[in-house]
Amino acid sequence: MKVVVCLKQVPDTKGGVKFKPDGTLDRAAMLTIMNPDDKAALEAALRLKDQYGAEITCVTMGLPKADEMLREALAMGADKAILVTDRVLGGADTWATSQTIAGAIRNLEYDLIIAGRQAIDGDTAQVGPQISEHLGIPVISYAEELRVDEAAGTVVVKRQFEDRYHMVEAKMPCLITALSELNEPRYMTPGGIFDAWEAEVTVWGRADLKDVDDSNIGLKGSPTQIAKASDKVKKGAGEKIVPESADAAVDYILGKLDEKHMI
Amino acid sequence: MALEDYKGVFIFAQQVDNEISNIALELLGKARDLANDLDEKTVTAVLIGSDVKGLTDKLAAYGADRVIVVDDPELKDYRTEPYAHALASVVKEFKPEILLVGATAIGRDLGPRVSARLHTGLTADCTQLEIGDFPLNPVPGQEQKHGQLLMTRPAFGGNTIATIACPDFRPQMATVRPGVMQKIAPIADAKAEVVEFNPGFVENSCYTKILEIVKEVSTVANIADAKILVSGGRGVGSAENFKLLDELAEVLHGTVSCSRAVVDSGWKPKELQVGQTGQTVRPKLYFAIGISGAIQHVAGMEESDMIIAINKDENAPIFDVADYGVVGDLNTIVPLLTKKIREALAKKAG
Repeated sequence: MKVVVCLKQVPDTKGGVKFKPDGTLDRAAMLTIMNPDDKAALEAALRLKDQYGAEITCVTMGLPKADEMLREALAMGADKAILVTDRVLGGADTWATSQTIAGAIRNLEYDLIIAGRQAIDGDTAQVGPQISEHLGIPVISYAEELRVDEAAGTVVVKRQFEDRYHMVEAKMPCLITALSELNEPRYMTPGGIFDAWEAEVTVWGRADLKDVDDSNIGLKGSPTQIAKASDKVKKGAGEKIVPESADAAVDYILGKLDEKHMI
Repeated sequence: MALEDYKGVFIFAQQVDNEISNIALELLGKARDLANDLDEKTVTAVLIGSDVKGLTDKLAAYGADRVIVVDDPELKDYRTEPYAHALASVVKEFKPEILLVGATAIGRDLGPRVSARLHTGLTADCTQLEIGDFPLNPVPGQEQKHGQLLMTRPAFGGNTIATIACPDFRPQMATVRPGVMQKIAPIADAKAEVVEFNPGFVENSCYTKILEIVKEVSTVANIADAKILVSGGRGVGSAENFKLLDELAEVLHGTVSCSRAVVDSGWKPKELQVGQTGQTVRPKLYFAIGISGAIQHVAGMEESDMIIAINKDENAPIFDVADYGVVGDLNTIVPLLTKKIREALAKKAG
C-alpha cells in the first residue's frame, strides 16, 4: 500500500507569537513547526506502515527551509519526502495551492492521501477537499479514527460532526483529512534523526507538476485576492480596579451589574 | 465566464435530520443585508436533502424570497459527493453572484469541494461580509470594481485580520462562522417562490457509504445561545474548583464555559470551549474568571455586550478587553459575589 501525506510548515501561533515594534507579526522571529493536524496525518500513515508495511511519501509546498520539516517527517519514519518549491508558486490561495499539490501527487502512485484538516496559520480546512476534487477521488474530512481494509480496497473513517459522527466507507484511492484527535504522534527516533540527515529530499519545481495550467498557480492563479490585511484592532480597555478587599471587589461588580440591569 | 450573468445572493440552507440548522437562518439575515446593497435584491436559499420540501416556509420566514429545492433519496444524510453535485449543479444552472455556506463540519467540507469544481474562490470562516470596491482605493492602471463582496476573516490564530475579494470569478463564495451573523425576526406567513431542481444522481467512485450514524446526545449546555456566561480559565486551578463558577452561574441563570487551557487539562469538555478553536459567543454578560486572555480566546468572546474580568495578574491581557476588571483572588471574590447576588435577588423578590 502506498500512502501520500500532505504536510505544511507553519509559524507556531500557539505560544510563540511575536510582534515587531510597529505591531505587525514578526514571522522571522517565530519558530516554525510541522502543522499539528498534519502531524496527526503523518502518524496515521506511520501506523499503516506498522500494520501493513505501507510506503509513505510526504509532500509539501513551501519555502526551501521546509526541508527541515520534511527531515523531521523522515526521522519519524516516512520513506520519501518531496519539497515543491518555486518562486512562481508563491502567493497562492487555497485554489492555487491545491492545484499545485494535486499536480505533484499526479506523479506518484497512491492508495490513500492523508492531510491535516487545517493549518494553524490559515485555519481554512480547504486545501484537502480541493486536492481531492482536482484528483477526482473521494474525500472524508474530519477523521477521528481510520481503518483500512487492504484486501477490500476500502477505508472506514469515523467522521466527526458537531453533534454526531458517521462511520463512512470509501473506496481507495481516496483522501482523508485528519483531526489532531486522531492520534498521539510519535517522537523521532535517534536512529531516525541520524538517517534523516543523510536521506535525500526530492525537490520539485514548476516544471515537475503534472497537468497544471500556468493560469492556476501562484498569486496570478489565485481567484481570491487580499484587499486589506491588518493586525486586529483591539477593543479599548475599560476600567480596572485593584480592590483592597473581596468585599470591595464584590460591591464594585454588583454596582456594575445593577447599573446595566443585569440582575 | 461572463461575470455579469451571475446575479443574486444565494445561501446553502443546511438541514440535518430534516431540521433547518441555525446557521442557515443566520446566513439569510446576512444575505438580506448584502442583497439590499446590490442591484439584484433576491435572496435565494438552496435546500438540499431528502423529503425536505416542508422546510421552505421556515426559510421564507427568515428572509428567503426564493427556495431552490434539490430533493433526492441520495441526499438523505450528508455525503460530500452527492451534495457537492447538487450545489454545484444549482450554481451552474442559476448563476448566483454570491454563495454563502456555513462554516460548519458540513459546510467546511462541501464549500471547498464545490469551489474547486466550479473554479472560483472561497474564503473560509468569515466574520464580516459587506459590499464594496476592490481595490478598496483606486490604484493607477488597475480597474476598480464596484459591488464586490468583501470578506473579512481572522488568520494566524486570530492575530491578524484580512479582507479578501474574489473580483474575477463567480460566484463569490464564503463560508461564514456560526454565531456571528444575526438572523432577522421571523415574518409570519411569509411565502417564498419554490423551485424544484434535480440534476440527477448517478453513483460513481466518489460516492461514500455511511455504515453507521451515532448521535452524541450532548449533556452540556449550548454556550452559543447563553445570555450569561461564567467562563473559567487555568487560574481556576482544578476541575473541582469549578464549583465556584457553577454556583455563580446558577444564581445568575447563566451557563459555565471555559478557555482552551481548561479543556486541555481535562477539567471541562470541548463543547464548553470559547475561542478560535472553540465557539464564538456574544452573550449579554461574560465573566472571564482566571482567564489570562490569550488572543485566541479573546477572538471568541470580544463581541460580548459586557465583559467582567477577575484575575490576580494585574497585567493579564484579558483586562485589555474587559469593560470592568477586578484584580484579585477569584477564590474569595467569586463565592462572596454569589452569596451577595443571591441576597440581592432574594430582597428584590421579597
